[in-house]
Amino acid sequence: MNETRLRFEVVVVGAGPAGLAAACAAAENGCRTALVDDTPWLGGQIWRGQQAHPTIPQAARWVERFRRTKASLLDQCTILGPGGRRLLLAEHPSGPRQIEWERLILATGARELFLPFPGWTLPGNFGPGGLQSLAKHGWPVAGKRIVLAGSGPLLLAVGGGLRKMGASIVSINEQAPWSRLISFAAGLLPWPSKLAQAARLKWSLLGAPFRCGVWPLAAEGAEQLRAVTLTDGRRQWREECDLLACGFGLVPNVELPLALGCQLDNEFVKVDPWQAASVAGVYAAGELTGIGGADAALVEGEIAGLAASGKEDAARRLMPRRAAWQRFRAALAAAFAPREELARLAAADTVVCRCEDVRFDRLKSFAGWRDAKLQTRCGMGPCQGRVCGAAARVLFGWGMESVRPPVLPGRVESLCQNGAI
Amino acid sequence: MLRHDLQTAPVPMANQIQLRVNGKIVSVAAGTVVAAAVALAGQTRFRRSVGGGARGPLCGMGICMECRVTINGQAHCRSCQTLCEEAMEVRTDE
Repeated sequence: MNETRLRFEVVVVGAGPAGLAAACAAAENGCRTALVDDTPWLGGQIWRGQQAHPTIPQAARWVERFRRTKASLLDQCTILGPGGRRLLLAEHPSGPRQIEWERLILATGARELFLPFPGWTLPGNFGPGGLQSLAKHGWPVAGKRIVLAGSGPLLLAVGGGLRKMGASIVSINEQAPWSRLISFAAGLLPWPSKLAQAARLKWSLLGAPFRCGVWPLAAEGAEQLRAVTLTDGRRQWREECDLLACGFGLVPNVELPLALGCQLDNEFVKVDPWQAASVAGVYAAGELTGIGGADAALVEGEIAGLAASGKEDAARRLMPRRAAWQRFRAALAAAFAPREELARLAAADTVVCRCEDVRFDRLKSFAGWRDAKLQTRCGMGPCQGRVCGAAARVLFGWGMESVRPPVLPGRVESLCQNGAI
Repeated sequence: MLRHDLQTAPVPMANQIQLRVNGKIVSVAAGTVVAAAVALAGQTRFRRSVGGGARGPLCGMGICMECRVTINGQAHCRSCQTLCEEAMEVRTDE
């Protein structure tokens, strides 16, 4: 990959399940296709580590299917933003890239939702998915005492995974109440594979307390996290640990879609039945359109790839399967909705914007995200509001109105191409 | 040497990578990310925030930028997204 200007009929951004399925569908139908990803791996965050240590047959099948296509893989390639009409500016370790597209499929996935509480900035506090990813790539967890907290099916999955790697799981604390989880579990009957998955996870965690209706109040430590205080709303207690894995579910990575001008529907990218977004030639699939996991992402990605290749009939045949996963998405969102108390965990002096160290008391008086940004620099640091912007939506009800490129920090030379600066 | 011995003998260095974290030599398995090498070097703080607070990786997937370090003289590299390479020079707190 030495050329700096590349041209494809279909460009897919993100090599997770949705992107892999989209790239396969487009390439298998004769489109000159590129799959672009920020990382050196295929499979996105959910299938991270599967190439080195395959444990999920579905992941191996999709990676193999992609390898058999003629699609180009542009890995370690960070998209910085649009660089003009149907052009993306990107950056590879070896230098800038410009990628021309005729149809663009966005499959940028989701990130974890972090909510500020006293002590959340201490080293040793991770997102559960983040800690799992790091552990798969060598982060030492064996023998470490780990508390998991927050929300979502990921907590159990990560707890089981970390335990297999030799970690000592102190406790797993789900903020949603038992009542909602029981109705969610009962509702899983139409998805027996999910029910079996949940049962296996619970089994692998035998011995570690799994609590519902419990959430973190504060973490403590000097230069490193040492303990966490938890509550069930009536009493509080302290648990010592080496690491805390705390995330409150997932939020979509909508920065690139927003920079391209795509409309949102609530916090997700608005798409039509063909997965087409509001901008001509642009499609979106996977967690970008709703949080539902790999199976929902695969079917959406395939529909997007087929639609982008002009194969409407084949795409239409997949729509009933997509509808089933969309019902699963809705059940997931209802079961793990964050409780109100989580918006009130931050103290006056708790940092909300980690990049610029903007405290909670400086933010609460503003009317919206834009005002807060202009007055405090909240959300204007290197993460571009990816962490605090999602938190501000929960804390203050602020929505992100627009995004300015570059959507990720890049070198100036990458932006200078094509007169972007 | 019997075939059996060849199979059970420890594989020497072939899939081990040596790099330096703040001058300290760390030996890691191939496929290890730089963030993990920093942790294996015993360093829990990756950087100081603008207000002086200790920080380390949070998201583990390249979005929060808290794990940024200097790699081979290039500042602000995301250590959670970068694989270790032989003779890499990593510096934290810069």
